[in-house]
Amino acid sequence: MRPAAFRTPEVGDDNPELRARLHAIWATEPGIKGWLGTTDHKEIGLRYIVTAFILLLVGGIEALVLRLQLAGPDLRLLTPDQYNQLFSTHGMTMIFLYASPILSGFSNYIWPLIFGSRDMAFPRLNAFSYWVYLGAAIFMYAGFLIGAGPNDGWFNYVPLAERDFNPGLNEDFYSLGMIFLGISTTVGAANFIVTFFKTRCPGMSINRVPIFAWGTLTASVANLVVIPSVSLAFFLLWMDRQFGTQFFRSPHGGQPLLWQHLFWIFGHPWVYAIVLPAMGMVSDALPVFCRRPLVAHTLVALATVAVMILGFGVWVHHMFATGLPGLALSFFSTASIVITVPSAVTVFAWVATIWLGRPVITTAFLFFASMIVLFVIGGVSGFMTASVPVDWQLTDTYFVVAHLHYVLIGINVFPVVGATYFWFPKMTGRLMDERLGRWNFWTMFLGFNLGFLPMHLTGLLGMPRRVYTYPEGMGWDTLNLITSIGSFLFAIGVLLFVINCRKSYRTGAVAGHNPWDAPTLEWTTPSPPPPYNFAVIPTVASRHPLWEDQLDESEGRSSWLRGMTLDQGKEALATTALDADPERILEMPQDSYAPFLLAVGLAILFTGMLLIKWIVIGLGGLACFAALLLWLWPRRDLREREPAPELLEPAHG
Amino acid sequence: MAERIISEPGQLPVGPIGRSGIGWWGVATLVASEAALFSYLLFSYFYVGASAQPAWLPEPDPKMWPSLPNTILLVASSFVAWFGEKGVEKGDRAQALIGFGGAFVMGAVFAAVQGYEWWTKTYGLGSSSYGSLYYTTTGFHLAHVVAGLIILASLFGWTAIDYFSPRRRISVSAGVLYWHFVDVVWLFVFTTYYVTPYLGFAK
Repeated sequence: MRPAAFRTPEVGDDNPELRARLHAIWATEPGIKGWLGTTDHKEIGLRYIVTAFILLLVGGIEALVLRLQLAGPDLRLLTPDQYNQLFSTHGMTMIFLYASPILSGFSNYIWPLIFGSRDMAFPRLNAFSYWVYLGAAIFMYAGFLIGAGPNDGWFNYVPLAERDFNPGLNEDFYSLGMIFLGISTTVGAANFIVTFFKTRCPGMSINRVPIFAWGTLTASVANLVVIPSVSLAFFLLWMDRQFGTQFFRSPHGGQPLLWQHLFWIFGHPWVYAIVLPAMGMVSDALPVFCRRPLVAHTLVALATVAVMILGFGVWVHHMFATGLPGLALSFFSTASIVITVPSAVTVFAWVATIWLGRPVITTAFLFFASMIVLFVIGGVSGFMTASVPVDWQLTDTYFVVAHLHYVLIGINVFPVVGATYFWFPKMTGRLMDERLGRWNFWTMFLGFNLGFLPMHLTGLLGMPRRVYTYPEGMGWDTLNLITSIGSFLFAIGVLLFVINCRKSYRTGAVAGHNPWDAPTLEWTTPSPPPPYNFAVIPTVASRHPLWEDQLDESEGRSSWLRGMTLDQGKEALATTALDADPERILEMPQDSYAPFLLAVGLAILFTGMLLIKWIVIGLGGLACFAALLLWLWPRRDLREREPAPELLEPAHG
Repeated sequence: MAERIISEPGQLPVGPIGRSGIGWWGVATLVASEAALFSYLLFSYFYVGASAQPAWLPEPDPKMWPSLPNTILLVASSFVAWFGEKGVEKGDRAQALIGFGGAFVMGAVFAAVQGYEWWTKTYGLGSSSYGSLYYTTTGFHLAHVVAGLIILASLFGWTAIDYFSPRRRISVSAGVLYWHFVDVVWLFVFTTYYVTPYLGFAK
């Protein structure tokens, strides 16, 4: 029988038989097959979150060793070379292996739930993106563990990164690892973009999309088009190092500044990509604890998009001191100042939400509210360095280090920890401990500010960054000691967070569907949600489906107890991009080994490139080819091909 | 209490129909990312070229033979692949096979001629920043041609064993879209390396 090409979806009520049927269709198989082959976005999301948190701890331990070395003048805990590797690996870990993947993890887990859909648009691509992330992390850390970690800062400037000055494998590990990791980020971004535009439940028109989704969408659009820039930069560097090309080597017409352009064309949009989704978390979750909708939802969504667009035009502010023409400096300085406007819109919207609401002080609220303070401090120091003369004074000093930590810890780590307190009950079914949560918050908040607020002064007093020690009597001793003490206090706070997660996972209070009385669709599902998320496809009538009776902002009411059942296979719903009108029934792929095999093939390929062993490169290429063929082979169950002719009714020609 | 709104659509397509399906969006994002990659490659050329010393170009007047006919061949192959897609659309398997097979042969000839051009060049990969840029950019493109050829061969094989129908053919549309991309992006590479010197760039 030829499967029907068109069908009117059945509409029914949520009931136990339907749930049992859907469970049988959607559940991941137990055992190794399910473990390697799962395409469940919740499983993948949790893997992302756990892996990224582990790497956060690893990067944090590296930072503590650095702070021990810098606690006093003329210390010799680390050699200069060890220091170089350690601070570069710390940057690589936090920026590439923690900050972005943690947001991918949350987005992976939460997106289909807030969209009222059953999975991401491309579940196998989702699994692939995680495996490649894991493979790239192992690849880069393998370098570090054999003493060949990156040793030229996370932005890896040439000519120091060239082979003439850096003959070890350090930069080869880093270059190839970054290209490898870029594949994960790119396919993840593509998946988020299509998921955003095609899989929102009926009624979730573009003006009803939660801000968190806007944050990840804009980050993904940026990643899709800027990751190639950094991957290319690292590829060209690897060519320079291994095949004698002349891209960045000036004696034969190469251009060292090309590295900086390619790196920062990527690097600055990337900075926004690792904060915008986190800002989205605050925009969605903070109002829950203020017991009112976000003030100026539409403006905040537009501001999110505006920041990203402007974010493409500010990269040269990382290069003010490189001797570029004055006109270029003015242009990029202006853009860097203008970008504070949409950021300020968001900040004022948050403040107004707290002001006009009735705040309930929970640990999550404390993390979100304190993030606003840290964002303002980090924003102001960024605004200062957007001015060219100020930047000339402050560049390469600890002022910039203080700025970037306020931005990355303030606008990424704090919201992420808050989001964990917020969504942990959904993911595990248990609430996190609030008492331990207060200790967790205050230790982190005080430790962080103790560590990094004085660092502005260290920079203003002229202490250069990336230097393994400093002489006595420069006026930096006390400040550095305070920073080191603060960093250890901060680390204790992070440790309390880990302890709380572990303890609450086992013994936390049972959460139920909606412990916070929050307004969005994920809170209509059981905690943790079943493999199919929603028994019936919800229809939403407003931005706040669960607050409609109180807000009365729409004529009708959202529905999640009755809707399309889509239970004739592993089915989901595609909708139109803007209005989210039903458009197509999607046949979702079953669990598959192909993503894992392709990631393994890539790992072999990159290992071959590292060692310049053509036979290994060939084997890796063949493995990738085989995995891709397995993946893309047209399948009947996905309606990519027709059944063989003899199975068709004779009437068909 | 206000009424519940429940979406109850009429007939919906099940899975991909014709060229529309969620997979098409996937390939479109891939093409966007790949297009960005090539724009950075060309940016590198213009950036290095604009700040280069005089006599940076090894061939101030790049030879149009065989690159121009080769370019025309590659662009023509896009039309042939499209002809093949139309064959699948009409249920005409012979036309489809001619289209995919023809495009494959034209693409393979393009790749061979490109290899020949490399062979005849007087400069190498490491002799100057121009050489590095030239071989890397055309090499990147050649790698994409090879990927496209594998896709065309797969489409040829799957068509030969009668996998597709006018209704179920998303793989064909996705694969041919990729081949169009490989051809269009070459026009930008060709313009940059073979035409802009005549317009005075980097002279």
